[in-house]
Amino acid sequence: MTDATANAPDAPKQGKHAGSLFDADVRTRKRNAAEARFRAYGLTAVGIGVAALIMLMASILSQGLPAFNQTFITLDVYLDEAKLDKNGTRDIEAIKKVSTFGYDPLIKNAMTSRMDALGVSAEEFGISGKELSAMISKEAAAQLRRFVIAHPDRIGDTVEFEFLASGRIDGYYKGRVSMESAEKDSNVTPGQLRLADALKEGGALSTHFNWGFITMADASENRPEAAGIGVAMLGSLYMMIIVLCLALPIGVAASIYLEEFAPKNWITDLIEVNISNLAAVPSIVFGILGLAIFINYAGLPQSAPIVGGLVLTLMTLPTIIISTRASLKSVPPSIRDAALGVGASKMQSVFHHVLPLAAPGILTGTIIGLAQALGETAPLMLIGMVAFVREFPSAPPEGFFDPASALPVQVYNWTTRADPAFVERASGAIIVLLIFLLCMNFLAIILRRRFERRW
Amino acid sequence: MSLVKLTASALAIAAVSATAAAARDNVQVAGSSTVLPYASIVAEAFGENFDFPTPVVESGGSSAGLKRFCEGVGENTIDIANASRKIKAKEIAACAEAGVKDIIEVRIGYDGIVFASQTDGPAFTALEPADLFNALSDKVLKDGEVIDNPYTKWSEFNAELPDVDIIAFPPGTKHGTREVFEEKVILVGCEESGAMEAMIAGGMSEDDAESACISLRTDGKSVDIDGDYTETLARIDANPNGVGIFGLAFYENNTDKLKVATMSGVVPSTESISTGEYPVSRPLFFYIKKAHIGVIPGLKEYAQFFVADEIAGPDGPLASYGLVSDPELAATQATVEAEEVMGGM
Repeated sequence: MTDATANAPDAPKQGKHAGSLFDADVRTRKRNAAEARFRAYGLTAVGIGVAALIMLMASILSQGLPAFNQTFITLDVYLDEAKLDKNGTRDIEAIKKVSTFGYDPLIKNAMTSRMDALGVSAEEFGISGKELSAMISKEAAAQLRRFVIAHPDRIGDTVEFEFLASGRIDGYYKGRVSMESAEKDSNVTPGQLRLADALKEGGALSTHFNWGFITMADASENRPEAAGIGVAMLGSLYMMIIVLCLALPIGVAASIYLEEFAPKNWITDLIEVNISNLAAVPSIVFGILGLAIFINYAGLPQSAPIVGGLVLTLMTLPTIIISTRASLKSVPPSIRDAALGVGASKMQSVFHHVLPLAAPGILTGTIIGLAQALGETAPLMLIGMVAFVREFPSAPPEGFFDPASALPVQVYNWTTRADPAFVERASGAIIVLLIFLLCMNFLAIILRRRFERRW
Repeated sequence: MSLVKLTASALAIAAVSATAAAARDNVQVAGSSTVLPYASIVAEAFGENFDFPTPVVESGGSSAGLKRFCEGVGENTIDIANASRKIKAKEIAACAEAGVKDIIEVRIGYDGIVFASQTDGPAFTALEPADLFNALSDKVLKDGEVIDNPYTKWSEFNAELPDVDIIAFPPGTKHGTREVFEEKVILVGCEESGAMEAMIAGGMSEDDAESACISLRTDGKSVDIDGDYTETLARIDANPNGVGIFGLAFYENNTDKLKVATMSGVVPSTESISTGEYPVSRPLFFYIKKAHIGVIPGLKEYAQFFVADEIAGPDGPLASYGLVSDPELAATQATVEAEEVMGGM
């Protein structure tokens, strides 16, 4: 082959092997096509993954973001002495005797007077007195009672309150309820929705960010608007603290011993196989174990973060041990040899040289293990944490023994409820859970970046 | 070194966990997921109006709840089991064996079971138990013979029913609702359609015939839903012709999405169920461990509050959620007041 033929594009081809390098022959074309096909498969795979993620995020965000907003109705409530404190003694025990049912008329009166001020009446919308009360959340009476018990001196005054609107009214401003669906809905009438519109025009009804969703406890099925994830977040936090404090030291100690000190014999082999197996055991098994050992045998309380934390510790330990051993292994033997060579003891070489170098890997493994534990529901089901819990647990360490819920449990609980408003709140809780997970993974990346060393 | 600090704090926590076995001050409830909404409504109101902490209510099913109830007496066992059926003799025996001897039975009211389809779907206005039997049972009576269910459309056995494909979503066998559905609808339909008689005439014993009656077809026209009613609702949403089986309270909360079917011409409602006109209903219960009264603060108060007129009565929040209130509520209140235990123990 000469330069002349290579430079002349119109030169005739001379058979199979005599072609130009710029002219791909059949075999090269085949190989190139195979590569192109493989790239296309890869791209498709990535595309499917990304599309699935986008779909998931879009559906969660579109359903869940409304949970952070809530519709409120502002009313001036006259705290009637004749109803709340008949004897006028301001005795707290006497005031406590008035149950939340006794506060309902006050709210209804406040609603009527607000409507009078706006120049509208219930009759023109064709709604009954009962339907009028139903527009405000049942939480309102409890809110009012809490206020009166905390401030008995305000009885007789008129106080402004911001009450939650009922779930259906709230749903109307979020597009969940429409005039047509209200026709068929036994829990809301079109009249109530029109009245809500009139209140909104008059400035008594507004929709804004709802801190209550993050700070309040779960609520029962007839007041979805008042349900929040406060208890669940606290429960999850407590469990994570317990898991971190137990699983990290135990896991790191076990792996250092196994990796650096233990003799290599059949016992350590057996332990190693068992640890790898445990990492693959379904999490529900740990729940059964927790019920049998921690609750039935050790007598720890049910529904408490301590038991949840212990169960999740057992579940997380294999993950931490495996990742810790892997990062200890990845420290080059020359570091150990050098330390031993200058006269360090075995323990000094491990704690002064090997462990600091393995720390980023250990931390990453721990955080990933924690993130896994954070999202776990199945083992908690057996130890009584899949429950309706309204009381906030107290501060640790006593709080570890108080009943609490957990974030994934709260999501599960809400998805099984009848009222459609809970779907939105379940998605909202998923968003909070995802934010937690993102933060933890982000922390893992930062730690790795900061402390990682290369040889 | 931080590791040392971490280990120390972990040890401190372990020490605390070993010593602090604080007395429980909240009522612990578990059991039926049908009773759960009512129990949580009561628990919430109880926590608001009393100085006791809000009871913790778990779900998990009647059988699971009663099993845990019967584990024994003591602070780490539950105080109350919710059940959507009566406690069985077997369970009472298991309870007694574990030392749970005095059980107070409290009937809180009734729950209706309704059949519903999509709002835009076909209307079932002439449904009889026999129709549901013909639609869903494995073996039916046709032309005097017991054969494998051949029907594919509702109109094939009842001309007044819509001419659409049969597809139904009954609850799975772990649900208490399923039992009621089998007993009060399918079995009744089996007898009414004459299939039961034909089976016995064909040489089956009565028990065999009963179990043959209630075994549902498995050719995909009847799909068991093991999840909750929300799953049934999702299936109905996706299937214009689907018929789902729901609790009355669930239907009442989703009337904008569901169209209810009449049973023997009666529309299910709290009224028609309390008068007994609507045939498919069941009582709901909870069971209290008497040994825990006086030990767990607020237990008796919670039970009394649950059955009080202002809660479980016809105008209370439970009735507005979908519970059919018990006409004999006063007797139940007396039972709780006197801490009357179940007989025969």
